[in-house]
Amino acid sequence: MIGKIEPAAEGRVEVRFRLFDVQKQAQLASFSYVVAPAQLRATAHRIADVIYEKLTGDKGVFSTKITYVVKRGTRYELQVSDADGFNAQSVLASNEPIMSPAWSPDGSRLAYVSFDQKKPIVVVQNLAQGTTRVVAAYRGNNSAPAWSPDSRTLLVALSKDGLTQIYRVSSSGGDVERLTDSPGIDTQPAYSPDGQWIAFTSDRGGSPQIYKMPAAGGPAQRLTFDGSYNVGPRYSPDGKTIAFVQRDAGRYRIASLELATGQVTVLTDGILDDSPTFAPNGKMVLYEAQVGGRGQLAAVSGDGRVRQRLTSAAGDVQDPAWGPLPTN
Amino acid sequence: MKKIALYLTLAILAAACASKETKDETPVTDRTTSTQPQTPNTGNSQITQQRPTAPVTGLSDAQLAKRSVYFDFDSNAVKDEYRGVIQVQSKYLGDNRDKKIRIEGNCDERGSREYNLALGQRRAEAVKKVMTVLGVSDGRIETISYGEEKPVAMGHDEAAWAQNRRADIKY
Repeated sequence: MIGKIEPAAEGRVEVRFRLFDVQKQAQLASFSYVVAPAQLRATAHRIADVIYEKLTGDKGVFSTKITYVVKRGTRYELQVSDADGFNAQSVLASNEPIMSPAWSPDGSRLAYVSFDQKKPIVVVQNLAQGTTRVVAAYRGNNSAPAWSPDSRTLLVALSKDGLTQIYRVSSSGGDVERLTDSPGIDTQPAYSPDGQWIAFTSDRGGSPQIYKMPAAGGPAQRLTFDGSYNVGPRYSPDGKTIAFVQRDAGRYRIASLELATGQVTVLTDGILDDSPTFAPNGKMVLYEAQVGGRGQLAAVSGDGRVRQRLTSAAGDVQDPAWGPLPTN
Repeated sequence: MKKIALYLTLAILAAACASKETKDETPVTDRTTSTQPQTPNTGNSQITQQRPTAPVTGLSDAQLAKRSVYFDFDSNAVKDEYRGVIQVQSKYLGDNRDKKIRIEGNCDERGSREYNLALGQRRAEAVKKVMTVLGVSDGRIETISYGEEKPVAMGHDEAAWAQNRRADIKY
């Protein structure tokens, strides 16, 4: 790769790069960006994405965002940062817990669980405007928001009718519709990327396992059979794999289930791993690990071979969610 | 000297056993939102901030102060040793029909946060069930959960976990 940065007009900067395949003696890509100096970091990410895609054939995720909750004492902050953890912005600050942030499909909004009303309720926040809307504050618990692929509705876990069950609500609140009716706990719903299926956690069979049901309604089908604790399903962007949390001999680890074959692969070896979230190119899974007595983010490749820890300053970092690919 | 030491010890013990009210008075500072969240009319039960006042039925302050039920790992069964606590609170509610409660269920830190939120709520429901059998009407009890988010003990061992697996009755 050959790059050049030169001053351009009006205090801006021109960044040019060309990517060569030395063996083939061919130019793979050539781009030029004129940007303000403050955008150099973002530009570097775009270049990295281009290089990554040319070299691997997969979309790069260097320009994507992640969100997570930082807890310091009794202080909670919902933050959004670049995928590498830099450039963190605070989106919400509270003295009460914040949980389960979920990106809208276009990346413009976050749904999350707030305890500001001294009980869990679901709120949707518009990131650019900073405005919020309460979408579920029924009697009992309101939690586990998951966006539909068309952004119009959210799946939520509500305990308003007794035990926790799964419902669908409008993403602006209201129009609540019950989707499950089991004698146990049904929670942690997730839409498949094509919108056809809903995977979820249920202990209707006596132990918490992962099930899926048709999004349009119909009987649920059990997907996990190893051990007595498999929870928190998250679909990969291609819909072929589900990442989840599995307990084995007292340790909670991230595992993945290949839907076509039923094959389960354990990806991590922590003691209290939680909250897996796929990169939008499906190649990495970001999750929460317990390191040195506090929560830290870590990432693992889809096959479990490459592991990375994202170290952070003091406090617990928890509940990560990886944002979508940029639309431009 | 010995007498003073004894009085000091008793005073310290009494302070440790008294139920502490640790309400955080700091207002929420919300740096990025500019409007107040609008709560839809969802029939949310209003929780009054009253505490149980002078006993009217011979229940002592010490009895009324016990408002927590503790659970075994992975269980929401109400153990016999806590039936007395629930009976005292149910009796108080029976004699004070204007009072409402919220039962808050909690879990230890192990496991997935969202599933723990549901498990905690199931613990709160188990306590509520005992109270409704004892005559407290369903509409006066809301059951919610903090999952693993509000531990009272911060350790990573069974001694801490046992204190966190609890349902708290709040007025």
